[in-house]
Amino acid sequence: MQELFQQLANGIAWGSIYALIALGYTMVYGILRLINFAHGDIYMVGAFTAYFAARALGAGGASPSPGLAVIVLVSAMAACALLGMVIEFFAYRPVRRSSRLTALITAIGVSLLLENLGIRIFGADPKFFPQLVAPRRVDLGGGVMVTNHQITVVVVSLVLMVALTLFVTRTRTGKAMRAVAFHRDAASLMGIPVNRIITITFAIGSALAAAAGVLVGLTNPKIEPLMGIMPGVKAFVAAVLGGIGSIPGAVIGGLVMGVSEYLVVGYVSSTFRDAIAFVILILVLLIKPAGILGRNVAEKV
Amino acid sequence: MARRLLFGAAAIGGVWLLDRLLTGSLNPYFYRILVLSGLNVMLALSLNLINGITGQFSIGHAGFMAVGAYTSAAFTVYGAPRLAGGAAPEGIAGAAFFLLAIAIGGAAAALAGFLVGLPSMRLRGDYLAIVTLGFGEIIRVAILNIEAVGGARGFAGIPQVTTLAWVLTGAIATFVVIRNLMRSYHGRALLAIREDEIAAEALGIPTTRYKVTAFVISAFFAGAAGALFSHYTYLHTNSFTFMKSIEVIVMVVLGGMGSLTGSILGATLLTALPEALRFASADRLIIYSALLILLMIARPQGILGNREFSMARMFGRFRPPAPEAGGTGAK
Repeated sequence: MQELFQQLANGIAWGSIYALIALGYTMVYGILRLINFAHGDIYMVGAFTAYFAARALGAGGASPSPGLAVIVLVSAMAACALLGMVIEFFAYRPVRRSSRLTALITAIGVSLLLENLGIRIFGADPKFFPQLVAPRRVDLGGGVMVTNHQITVVVVSLVLMVALTLFVTRTRTGKAMRAVAFHRDAASLMGIPVNRIITITFAIGSALAAAAGVLVGLTNPKIEPLMGIMPGVKAFVAAVLGGIGSIPGAVIGGLVMGVSEYLVVGYVSSTFRDAIAFVILILVLLIKPAGILGRNVAEKV
Repeated sequence: MARRLLFGAAAIGGVWLLDRLLTGSLNPYFYRILVLSGLNVMLALSLNLINGITGQFSIGHAGFMAVGAYTSAAFTVYGAPRLAGGAAPEGIAGAAFFLLAIAIGGAAAALAGFLVGLPSMRLRGDYLAIVTLGFGEIIRVAILNIEAVGGARGFAGIPQVTTLAWVLTGAIATFVVIRNLMRSYHGRALLAIREDEIAAEALGIPTTRYKVTAFVISAFFAGAAGALFSHYTYLHTNSFTFMKSIEVIVMVVLGGMGSLTGSILGATLLTALPEALRFASADRLIIYSALLILLMIARPQGILGNREFSMARMFGRFRPPAPEAGGTGAK
């Protein structure tokens, strides 16, 4: 029983990371119908920006300070928001009116470009993320032990998700985003600046991916330029699992993925870790083709 | 019919002759690039049947290739010596057994294609895509856990019998089958599904059956390509990650969706391009990905669009235009 709760706790912490990345996928997909393959690599850039910011600020020395950690997190999010906007402007905007496959291949190209630039600039060897917060073990009761890093991951993700939900449902810009996602041309006719809304969407999604990157650096501190590929794919699967285009769906999908991975590692075998996500995905989609929270859109004839 | 058979025999004979000539004279590095190009042509052509011609979207093609590669390799290593009476078959018998191994690899992949094609009854577009991606990954992880085929160590001890002639024969066979299919009644049904699935269904085309069939045929050729691959070089599941599937998609889209000659062009170009960029060693992958983005912006429909490259049209430009055949009504 204790073992089960331990795996659940680990799974929720890891699933929060997937959820943060999945949010970016689901937002971009909702608005552009584009699978932004480069999203996982933005997460990688976020981790590296935080690495260099922390080193520049002298963090990770003898006295880790939470204030510094916040500065590092915010600077990585800001840098990636900018990167997301640049990518959207130079790569995705020119192909927006082309077929969706063209846009997809462009996204793959951007993903490869970021990976290879990462190898060139950061080096292919793994870097060790500095300790921003001193590690401490916390007993949740019943012998379930988590680190304060895992708690930080869950809390920060929760805060960001709540903030995003409030932004999308309560502000004018959020309303405009939903309008563009619902029908881009109609939104444009209603006077919504579609281009600006798309740019904002990319900025927010990329900032969330960067936050995920920093949080990953906190819990497992080995970062390298290809670290974004697998989490990127799995976060996309999480978004589809929850119902793509739906923000709570992305969170649920991420948590389901994280928990199921840890259960498989704990009870079956770690070699099946990469397959379980897809098995769950296929089962869910066969029963509910639009994902857990996805709405079934009636077929237009 | 007789003429066609003769033509086919001549093509295969020519390919074997070419192989003989090249093996002696060509440096092994270029020979290897040619073989890998041929395999990629098979993969791109077969994927085009699903993505370009039927208008579905599969991103798990490497999974079919893996099934073909491992099944055929297992047959060659475990099955063939037993059937041939103890020793590994050689000579003409060896070639026959290799052909059988390719067929078995293709058939196993076709079965996998059937299973992957089934969800297309319920799923459309990106959802189908992500399921094919999932199947590809599941297949890879499953193979990784089978000890008899080497598991995480890779499958060693497979006789390396694949030559350029085998690969080119495979590529030609893939091309001819898919081209003939495209021009047949069934091919037009597939194209109708691509253009408008609901309209096709309204016209009485059994869309599910055609979509699953497209998956099966496509998977067969991907499996055959996998069989040729496993008898050519070191076999490990790392060759079949989803990056391989992505690579094949890029070839198809770059050449032009729905254009068979485009797929051949795209596959050859993308196999050769990273090699041609070797002079820039460290930066070649950066240049490669930047070129990919630029090409998609400049020519979103791919190099050939959905047209076919044809000699007749190339030379037709220099002839006086043929008189208009009949009125086509309002333009």
